[in-house]
Amino acid sequence: MTEESSVKLHGFWASPYVQRAVLALKIKGIDFEYIEEDLSNKSESLLKYNPVYKKVPVLVHNGKPISESLVILEYIDEVWTDSPHLLPTDPYLRAKHRFWVAFFEPLFETMFTTLVTEGETQKTVLDELLEKMDVAEQGMKEIFPNGVPPFEEQKPGYLDIVFYSLYGTHEAADEILGKKFLTVERYPLFVSWVNALKQVPEVNQVTPSIPKFVGLLHAIRQRSASPKA
Amino acid sequence: MQEIKVYGVWGSPFSRRVEIALKMKGVEYEFIEEDLENKSDELLMYNPVHKKIPVLVHNGKPVVESSLIMEYIDETWKQNALLPTDPYDRAQVRFWAKFIDDKIMASVGAALLSKGGDISKAKEEMQELLTVLESEITKNKLFGGDKVSFLDIIGLFVAYWVPIVQDILGNHVLTRDKFPGIYEWADVLLDDAFIKKNLPDKDKLIPILRSRFGVKP
Repeated sequence: MTEESSVKLHGFWASPYVQRAVLALKIKGIDFEYIEEDLSNKSESLLKYNPVYKKVPVLVHNGKPISESLVILEYIDEVWTDSPHLLPTDPYLRAKHRFWVAFFEPLFETMFTTLVTEGETQKTVLDELLEKMDVAEQGMKEIFPNGVPPFEEQKPGYLDIVFYSLYGTHEAADEILGKKFLTVERYPLFVSWVNALKQVPEVNQVTPSIPKFVGLLHAIRQRSASPKA
Repeated sequence: MQEIKVYGVWGSPFSRRVEIALKMKGVEYEFIEEDLENKSDELLMYNPVHKKIPVLVHNGKPVVESSLIMEYIDETWKQNALLPTDPYDRAQVRFWAKFIDDKIMASVGAALLSKGGDISKAKEEMQELLTVLESEITKNKLFGGDKVSFLDIIGLFVAYWVPIVQDILGNHVLTRDKFPGIYEWADVLLDDAFIKKNLPDKDKLIPILRSRFGVKP
C-alpha cells in the first residue's frame, strides 16, 4: 500500500484525454485533487508542469509532473500496483491492448474535425472515421471473443478507458451530425461495449453532461465558421 | 525452444530498434528481409491492419509497432533492462519517446522530404522541436546515463538517419552549431562499440536512400 501521498490532476471538463486520467484514478480508488483549467488562461502551474505541450491532463504526484494521458495511465498502473490493474499482466496481451489504443489515438483528431466542419468536408472526414472504425470493430472480435463482458468483477482497463473517452459522448456527436453514427448494424461490438461501460458508476461520474458538451461543440463550430477577428 | 522472427528492412531505423533491443538482451532471432514493393504473405498475415515492418513473431504470436515491440522485449526478457525501474523515470522515457516518434519524426518528413507545401514553415517547426529536445539532453551522457537505453535506441533515428538524409537532400535543419547538445549525445551514442556494429553501413545505406528519394547520385 502507498503511504500518504499528494495527487493532483490539472484538467478541462470536456477533454477526452483528461477523462482518461480521471477515470483511471477513480477505478483505482486513488484520492486526488482536481484542478479545472481555463484553457484560454492557463495557470502558472500548468505552464510550469507541462512546458513542452502546455496541455491538460497533467498529473502531479508528490510535486512531480507527468504529462500525456497514455503515459499517465501507465504511470498510475505502475505506482498503484493493487488491483484493479489497468493493463493485463501478460506481455503479449499488453502489446495487443497498446496496439489498439495506438490505433484509436488518431481517431480523436478525425472525430473532432468531423464535429467542427460541415458539408463535403464533414462527409469526407466522417467516411474516413467510419472506415477506420470498421477495422477496429473487426479487431475487437479478437479482444472480446465471447462478446463484451459486463464490467462487474473486472473493472474497465486501459483499452476500455481510451475507447470510452472516444465514444462515451457519442450522443453529442449524433446531435451535431443530425444522425446516429455509432449504429448497432455496422458496429454491434462497439455499441455493446459503450453500453456495458455506461453501467459502471465510475464511468458515469466522469461523463460530461451531453447538453453542455453539445453547447461547447456548437461554440467551437461558430468560431471556426466566422471570419477571424 | 523459442522461435523468434523479426520481419524488417535492412535500412529501416524501425527494424534496427527491434534488432538492437534483442541483441542487447542476447536473444537469438531469425531476420526476414522484406521487399516493401512486394510484401510477403506472412507479413500481411501478421500485420493485417497496417501491413508494415517491423513485426516481431514470438512463438507464432505477432507484435507490431517498433516502440511497442521494444516494451514487449523488455517485459519478456528481463536481463539488461532497457527501461528504468522507477515509475517516474519510466514515465519520462515514455514521454520523450512519444515526442521523438510523434512530433520530431513527422516534422522531419515534412521539412526534409516534402516536395510541395510550406517547406519553410515545416523547417521552422522541425527547428522548434529540436530546440525542445536539445534542452533535455545532458552533456556527454546518454539518455540512460553511461549505458545505451530505450530512449537512446529510439533516438538513433535522429542521431544517425537524420544527418544522412539531410546530406542526401542538401537540406540541413539539424546542425552541430545550432544543436551542440544533440550532436554531443549522438557522438557518444554512435561511438558505442555495440551500436556501431549494429547500424547499417553508411556507404551501403546512402545509395538505397538516394534511390528511395529519387535523388540522382
